Amino acid sequence: MSLKFSDEATSKLEVLYGRYPSKQPVILAALHLAQKEFGDLRDEVIDLVGETLDLSSAHVYGVATFYTMFRRKPGGKTSVRVCTNVACMLRGGYDVLAEFEKKLGLKKGESNDDFSLIEEECIAACANAPAVVCGTKYFLDVTPDQVDEIVTFLRSNPHPESEVA
Amino acid sequence: MPAEIGTVLVTRRFGDEENKQITSYEANGGYKIARAAMAKSPSEIVDQLKASNLRGRGGAGFPTGLKWSFVPKDATDVHLVVNCDESEPGTCKDRELVYWDPHLLIEGMIIAAHTLGAVHNYIYIRGEMMREYAVLVKAVEEAYARGYLGEKIMGTGNQACHITVHRGAGAYICGEETALLNSLEGLRGQPRLKPPFPAIKGLFGKPTVVNNVETLMNIPFIVDKGGQWFADLGVGRSGGTRTVCVSGHVEKPGVYELPMTITFRELIDDICGGVWKGRKFKGLIPGGTSMPPLDESEIDVPVEFDALMTDERIKPVEITEGVKFDMGGGRELRTMAGSGGIVVFDEHTDVVALTSRIMGFYHHESCGQCTPCREGTGWMDKVCKRLMNGQGKVGDVDLLGNIANGIAGNTICALGEAAAWPMMGFLTKYRSEFLAREVIGKSKSDKGEAA
Repeated sequence: MSLKFSDEATSKLEVLYGRYPSKQPVILAALHLAQKEFGDLRDEVIDLVGETLDLSSAHVYGVATFYTMFRRKPGGKTSVRVCTNVACMLRGGYDVLAEFEKKLGLKKGESNDDFSLIEEECIAACANAPAVVCGTKYFLDVTPDQVDEIVTFLRSNPHPESEVA
Repeated sequence: MPAEIGTVLVTRRFGDEENKQITSYEANGGYKIARAAMAKSPSEIVDQLKASNLRGRGGAGFPTGLKWSFVPKDATDVHLVVNCDESEPGTCKDRELVYWDPHLLIEGMIIAAHTLGAVHNYIYIRGEMMREYAVLVKAVEEAYARGYLGEKIMGTGNQACHITVHRGAGAYICGEETALLNSLEGLRGQPRLKPPFPAIKGLFGKPTVVNNVETLMNIPFIVDKGGQWFADLGVGRSGGTRTVCVSGHVEKPGVYELPMTITFRELIDDICGGVWKGRKFKGLIPGGTSMPPLDESEIDVPVEFDALMTDERIKPVEITEGVKFDMGGGRELRTMAGSGGIVVFDEHTDVVALTSRIMGFYHHESCGQCTPCREGTGWMDKVCKRLMNGQGKVGDVDLLGNIANGIAGNTICALGEAAAWPMMGFLTKYRSEFLAREVIGKSKSDKGEAA
């Protein structure tokens, strides 16, 4: 096998093994780490996670494809998650999403090297709708005319989700 | 004394950045209650909890003391799991609570773990809450460093308490407690059949208590001041205060901790500055999108758990016009307090579009395990979309009611009801607006009347 976890990721996993009765519960953490290190969860990454946790690739594939934050194809450095669920919808969430599509030149669900644009379900920031989350950074009470500024900010300050993996 | 506006427990540290540091939390009396609780017997604490009338703040409002007492007395290897997977649309309190006061959650967990005899405990936090995950991980590390967590905590000599923050990866269904347990075990997040209930056979096959963030954050106050004090803050069978998240068309949306007795009308007018832009109120979702909505004639009811289920000012939910939905044994469904996510919408809101968005959400989040939910949410999503897009057919409104009725009660977990109840609720309260979208198959004279 050609892929390997870094020493840092390996030592993080070692600590986690001690917190559960088996290695299997560590799978989400391992997949987060794998996505951080390899960018996406292509087949050989799935195999690596399976081998590392003594699980079948089929099991790992089943879990990885159940959760929306895991991606099987490369994505942008920063994932822009724009909420359009009811609280955001009522205060213009779809207008904000449309403005991101325009400014990033991406349709929702698409990526380029810098950004992945994602229409997100409720991100629990309803009191500050419309809300956008990029890694550990929230943009709250967003109006379409702020989108340009947010994109400029993110271009020079990427907020990859892997920073907390 | 009943709580007054301004009586706040769990939200009292909102806005205080310093409080996240353990030193600041300790300086304000933090962890003293947990230390004192180590000397109390589990039965003493459970008795206080039962007397407090604390009810689960995640959605169901189940009495917490009762839930804890389901764990068998002689059980070993008990686990405490915190549900911090908040994703019910309209709900944003738990994310704020863990962000502003992570140590209060940890203190509540230490007391709960002592009471339940739980050693290995987990906080399951939603994957998208990356900022809050970092805050929690740091707080847990601090608590380990100060001896509140680990082996022989707080000089007890024999008591161990471990907390692991477990990050999800994007799945609404993992807020359902058995799906959460499966996810924690490293499986797909699909709910389990009950019984056995988690208190008997939960995480890793061991007795497990799953509690919401806000529920656990109330526990230090109950242990400190007594169950009766907490019960007196509330009303009837609901102790304490109620943390609600108000969003949508109000002037001042926010997370507010309020007396149980406050009505929705007072909440909107007195706390939230009224409906925005001087517009008129049309309706609200009282407890996250899975709860049937309330219209203008129904908002003089308090936000308290029992009132929303039984107050006769709230109309029973119907499947089709005049046919009441039966929750089983002839019980009527009005609505429920749910997760405290209150979404207000004004007179200009297209409720068909709003309902369509809600159905789209449940369709997206159905785990696919049960046919009625997997297929039914998809059908409701499709029919709502065609009504919204001017493609509605005569009979679609009754079709929606009947699909919803076919889902409710026929699935492993409550996601089925979470989709079916609001569908039937919106039809009950705003039926004429849905009917007006039935355009295909209508005779010309009918269309004339409709216009």
